[in-house]
Amino acid sequence: MRPFVYERPTSVAAAVATAPDPGAGHIPPTGADTQFIAGGTNLADYMKLGVAQPERLIDLNTLAEPALRQIRIKDDAIRFGALVRMGEAADNSDVRRRCPLLADSLKFAASGQLRNMASLAGNVLQRTRC
Amino acid sequence: MSEAKIASGLSRRMFMTASVSAVAAMPLVNSSKSADQPTSAKPGEPRDLSAVSIRINKQPYNLALDNRTSLLDALRDHVGLTGTKKGCDHGQCGACTVLVDGKRVLSCLSFAVMNQGREITTVEGLVSTEGELHPVQQAFVDHDAFQCGYCTPGQIMSAIGCINEGHAGSEDDIREYMSGNLCRCAAYPNIVAAILQARDEIRRA
Repeated sequence: MRPFVYERPTSVAAAVATAPDPGAGHIPPTGADTQFIAGGTNLADYMKLGVAQPERLIDLNTLAEPALRQIRIKDDAIRFGALVRMGEAADNSDVRRRCPLLADSLKFAASGQLRNMASLAGNVLQRTRC
Repeated sequence: MSEAKIASGLSRRMFMTASVSAVAAMPLVNSSKSADQPTSAKPGEPRDLSAVSIRINKQPYNLALDNRTSLLDALRDHVGLTGTKKGCDHGQCGACTVLVDGKRVLSCLSFAVMNQGREITTVEGLVSTEGELHPVQQAFVDHDAFQCGYCTPGQIMSAIGCINEGHAGSEDDIREYMSGNLCRCAAYPNIVAAILQARDEIRRA
């Protein structure tokens, strides 16, 4: 695995500031030298395989904003924080009652351990495998 | 030669480590000196070691680790806790399962540096101070829930997570929520029986 610098920003603004300039060099985000990591279930595996070779890893788990970890239930919507884990969403009693299909789809994805690690935002932004 | 030494009190691991070192010594002499030598790079260089403070089985550890070190390798190679097993090393087999802040995760897919300040529990941390096995460990013994035993530490840590999460309600539930732990010996029926027993034991306690 390529050696990398590891950083822990404590705010969304600080994390965003580390991101590469999207206009620079026409490199797709998945190939950028700076990569964000949350659960790591996908990226860590790709790094082991040499598919991803970031030289700088930005850990999002230290971001202080509480909303990133919250599941907020409203009358007509459920709002998931980006760092909510798949397992937390699947086991949330309100999610299970009001969106059983969503809870079941999470439950049947991956394994208990992976669901405890994988963030919802990372899941949505997962690099396509095919 | 090896049998006699093992019988005289040398552990199998000590013997294997010594043997591997002896075999590895030859090529190392001839290899490049620059490989893996600590460099005098400026702070913040990719090869710098990071200071990582974690608690493992209620003991504090201050480690200096390459950022690439997985939590699994930190436990096994840096702390010497080899109970946690390396199976596939790609998050597919569950052999490396540990608890991080009480939740079961795969230590092979977690960079150790990302666990700064967290509480890790491995299979070595389950036995009580009086030397009593954890109910899940005892249940695995009672039900013969293994053959070769390689997947067992991961199975046990995952079973504890499964029970704590409230997902051990039925045999079907256990099979579904333990699906991240593979057993090539196919001891699954006994593993399920063990978890049912441990669940009831933990509920009574």
